[in-house]
Amino acid sequence: MLRFSKQMKRWFAWILLPGIYIVVLLLLQEKLLSRHTQSLLVPLCMNIILALSLNIVVGMLGELSLGHAGFMSIGAYAGSLFSLQTQEYLPTLLRYPLAILLGALVAGFFAGVLSVPVFRLKGDYLAIVTLAFGEIVRSLIINFAWTGGAAGLKGTPRDTTFTTAYLLTVFVWLLSQKIYHSRLGLEMRAVRDNAIAAEACGIDVINRKRAGFILAAAIAGSAGVLYSHYYTILTAGVFDYNRSIEILVMVVLGGMGSMIGSVISAMTLTIAPEALRFLNDYRMLIYSLLLITAMIGRQSRIFGQLQQRLKEVKRPHGAIE
Amino acid sequence: MSLAASLMNGLNLGAIYGLIALGYTMVYGIAKMLNFAHGDIIMTGALTIVISVHRFGVSPWLSILLSIGVCVSLGVLIEKIAYKPLRKASSLSVLITAIGVSFLLQNTAQLLFGSSLRSFPKAFQVPSYIIGGFELKGDRLLTILITAMLMVGLVWIVYRSKIGLAMRAVAQDRDTAELMGIDANRVISITFAIGSALAAVAGLFYGIAYGFIGPYSGSMPGIKAFTAAVLGGIGSVPGAIVGGVLLGLIESLAKTYLSSELSDAIVFAVLIGILLLKPTGLMGQEIREKV
Repeated sequence: MLRFSKQMKRWFAWILLPGIYIVVLLLLQEKLLSRHTQSLLVPLCMNIILALSLNIVVGMLGELSLGHAGFMSIGAYAGSLFSLQTQEYLPTLLRYPLAILLGALVAGFFAGVLSVPVFRLKGDYLAIVTLAFGEIVRSLIINFAWTGGAAGLKGTPRDTTFTTAYLLTVFVWLLSQKIYHSRLGLEMRAVRDNAIAAEACGIDVINRKRAGFILAAAIAGSAGVLYSHYYTILTAGVFDYNRSIEILVMVVLGGMGSMIGSVISAMTLTIAPEALRFLNDYRMLIYSLLLITAMIGRQSRIFGQLQQRLKEVKRPHGAIE
Repeated sequence: MSLAASLMNGLNLGAIYGLIALGYTMVYGIAKMLNFAHGDIIMTGALTIVISVHRFGVSPWLSILLSIGVCVSLGVLIEKIAYKPLRKASSLSVLITAIGVSFLLQNTAQLLFGSSLRSFPKAFQVPSYIIGGFELKGDRLLTILITAMLMVGLVWIVYRSKIGLAMRAVAQDRDTAELMGIDANRVISITFAIGSALAAVAGLFYGIAYGFIGPYSGSMPGIKAFTAAVLGGIGSVPGAIVGGVLLGLIESLAKTYLSSELSDAIVFAVLIGILLLKPTGLMGQEIREKV
């Protein structure tokens, strides 16, 4: 396996992250990208952000959230309503970051409220509660007048550009790197691997789970603001269960817990459906098969042996397993 | 709608939720997994009836047997192919697989039969009676009666028969049960078969009550029935029945007296409420974790 030294990784971040941006910007300036490709740039960033945030819950915490689209929609609506109200007196440069912050805060707040009952329990409850939560959010949004109801919320200023989307993506990427290697991240991974042992080591298991869950929801909320300020029209139907599952597929295929994996699979799953349009009817079917085979494959002997091999290769470097 | 009619609707709905919740609770108790695909088995059962009657002209009563057969084989097959290899895997892996299976069923049904709703055969409608100015809907009454009989039968199987004893033993401690000569894999298969058969019946009643069935019709009653199972105490057979009936009544009364659009949100708020107040449900037992 290829292993980067810390130094190399730092160089990688400092050169590659602005590098990608400059290349895309040049391509845009020279009009080398088709209109179709251009329209994919912001969704690409959005999906990367969503996958990275869900990866915190699924990959680092080992819990399952099926309401990620719900948190995204809360952020989207909060941001849009704020922008619509303050459009006249606040300049874009101030309003837009505030909208993103607000979207993240509101989504995080709801996650915080939800996390009080959920994490007192063990087992699969988070999955079903977040699923129910997503449905509640959707039906409430459709039934309230101030959210535009079923017709949708129109007129959000179109503030999201590739630049802002890219900046937020880079921020979320660096943030999740930071979290992964921080004390919080280490404790979350300890909880995932063995909650009882983690508790015995003095880690507040419930607290760590809550922290990870709220953080992920807040990031999803900010992605929602990105969304609503890009498409300018918001309808609750977009943020349904299927959307949550799509994000989950990205995380699972990227390898739960792997951040670069999440990014790559989010990119693949954004671009591939566009490239393979003739398979569009089968898209969800393929996703479901991918989920099942990925899970059974992880468990099967062939894959297990492969992992064992990798571990043996790694060990001489002094890693303690 | 009058209170009596609302209660009747609630009981009808509750009977359907109870039937589905039994499948959830038994599988959860014995295989320790949340079978996300259970709701889609209901859809498969109801769709089997619709397709066999409308497209192939099978007689309605035969189509019920066919639907039960399809659901039972599907349930057992899913368990063998998708869940069995994951017996020793983390619950996260099992859950993701179950979600995958649920999606697979929905999308296969959509590809095969289209995403539109299909009308359920009218052959199952039963005439209504009017007693003292109150319309007693025949199909509601029949749903409730048959469900009650099935539930009594199931309680008998679980608490009085030999296979029921084996089920309860596996639910308590799979390893010890295997040491006592119980084939745990067989017990789990039988549990899936019973759960799926009940789901097929629930699909029939759901089709009669709503009149339309599409590839996504199973997920909503599935989630609500899971809520019912949690309300009654997951793992408990009487709990699933009580939880189902209660949830049906709550939903129907909320529809009549509060808001028909928000009734789904109210049902899910009940789920979050229970988890907050009494996570073990009405009849559930606290499971102590051993290190």
